[in-house]
Amino acid sequence: MDTSVTATRAKIAEHAYRIRRNALRMGEVQGQGYIAQALDIADVLATAYFHAMRYRPEDPAWEGRDRFLLSNGHYAIALYAALIEAGIVPEEELETYGSDDSRLPMSGMASYTPGMEMSGGSLGQGLTIAVGRGLGLKRKGSKSFVYTLFSDGELDEGAVWEGLMSAAHHKLDNLIAIVDVNNQQADGPSSQVMAFEPLTEKMQAFGWFTQRIDGNDLDAVIAAFDAARNHPGPEPRMIIADTLMGCGVPFLEAREKNHFIRVEPNEWQLALEALDAGRTA
Amino acid sequence: MSTATAQKPKLKTSAMIASIAGDGQRTQAAPFGHALVKLAAERPEIVGMTADLAKYTDLHIFAQAYPERFYQMGMAEQLLMGAAAGFAHEGAMPFVTTYAVFATRRAYDFMHQTIAEDGLNVKIACALPGLTTGYGPSHQAAEDLALMRAMPGMTVIDPCDALDIEQMVPAVAEHKGPVYMRLLRGQVPLVLDEYDYKFELGKAKLVRDGRDVLVISSGIMTMRALEVAKALAADRVDVGVLHVPTIKPLDTSTILREAGRSGRLVVVAENHTTIGGLGEAIATALLRAGVTPQFRQIALPDAFLDAGALPTLHDRYGISTEAMSTTIKGWLG
Repeated sequence: MDTSVTATRAKIAEHAYRIRRNALRMGEVQGQGYIAQALDIADVLATAYFHAMRYRPEDPAWEGRDRFLLSNGHYAIALYAALIEAGIVPEEELETYGSDDSRLPMSGMASYTPGMEMSGGSLGQGLTIAVGRGLGLKRKGSKSFVYTLFSDGELDEGAVWEGLMSAAHHKLDNLIAIVDVNNQQADGPSSQVMAFEPLTEKMQAFGWFTQRIDGNDLDAVIAAFDAARNHPGPEPRMIIADTLMGCGVPFLEAREKNHFIRVEPNEWQLALEALDAGRTA
Repeated sequence: MSTATAQKPKLKTSAMIASIAGDGQRTQAAPFGHALVKLAAERPEIVGMTADLAKYTDLHIFAQAYPERFYQMGMAEQLLMGAAAGFAHEGAMPFVTTYAVFATRRAYDFMHQTIAEDGLNVKIACALPGLTTGYGPSHQAAEDLALMRAMPGMTVIDPCDALDIEQMVPAVAEHKGPVYMRLLRGQVPLVLDEYDYKFELGKAKLVRDGRDVLVISSGIMTMRALEVAKALAADRVDVGVLHVPTIKPLDTSTILREAGRSGRLVVVAENHTTIGGLGEAIATALLRAGVTPQFRQIALPDAFLDAGALPTLHDRYGISTEAMSTTIKGWLG
């Protein structure tokens, strides 16, 4: 690996560390939160915001920006962590997470937060909005990409498949979707709640340029984003990211898998220390 | 089983898209489609989107005029609404069409969350409102207004005829924000041109004055009310008609003023279930203001409606001209 690639990777890794750190600090404010998901998706968000996407922190509505649509609104804690790291949301607002009158509510909503492009929460909607945005950008002659993140649990929703069909039908080569496969949803492992494999073959059959990667292997994530952007074909682009809930904090990684993991008051500091230990390791 | 003979009477149709126009009634073809084409020439931000019902919502007229501004989203109403939201985020003004049942019952959460919550400039035009098809409950949107009234930030419109629709299209485009509009398609009756009337968003209009009865109505029921007024004039019953094409926001001041004039029976007539539509909206407004005229409601029952020919069903459920006339005369004693 040449030095520029190594430097790029090191830079993104540092951002990923800081996104995880921001998320843990927000979790501590409320004493709860979808912290395991935030930790699993941090590498994807770091790559999106510090490698792939064009945006202006001082002007979140800049017309030339790439759009990022968070379909799984409960991952807001992760996206806020990235928006803070990107300088779109001031770091001091981290202390307000989930509190009254905060711009950082527990579930992501477009009208509350700079840089939040859609109101999630009712799962399975992001891809349909992304399709409309992709059509709208093409009609304007824009070169911007639409990124949308959704979770494996959202694959249960029929509207996701409406979006998958239509994105290929309309040849939305400006659309990059990322599925977070952490195999966990409200009632249990996603594969047991509603079997969704073989996912790569399904996405390919739906007409998407599809890559499946370890979503916590930063080199793989970077390569997948590059390939998605540079793919010469007319297909929409899908990145299936297999991720590890709690990634970066070993005792949370090892905790019994749950959609909403329990973190004891004294564990937040331990989690930050574990994260720091992993960073220097 | 008896054999069919040449004398067998022609059966009335329960076909899905039978015209609501009466025999010999003046009509205008596809007023929505033509009005949208005209407006789109001045407004490049307008795009048309549908869920496999362009031909049955008159959007095909727009698609023919502006093929590059027409988007077929397939038979997928949730996608239709979500994609319209995304398009509106990018500065377009989508006019989206489907049947009222599919928008309001199947894609409600998508309209609520992706369009209304963000106050997006999406115009949702839905054919087969209320009881305007004999096809049965799968296609009869008897509760669409109740559902859409309850959605925050949504403007709700129920036009009467081709003139109303023609004037409604530029008015909703001028309005910033989401709009749900009931749509009459195909050969649409033309009625209001005989009166001194102009559609204004948010305004109720007294189309005809009368001393004995005030019918407050929306949609095709205004057409029916005007026919009732003519019929009852022969019995020396003087019927006024207040047309309320904008269901939300409701023109409360005009309604209170007209309903508050003493000595008239107030009848709300709506092509909608008794629950949650114009009748209940007006009753609430009257009670809140302490205006308490004699009040009656003509509306569809809280029931799954029958399949059958529209004239049959309109008689059965009391919203035909004849049935309404009889009902109102009965109330007058």
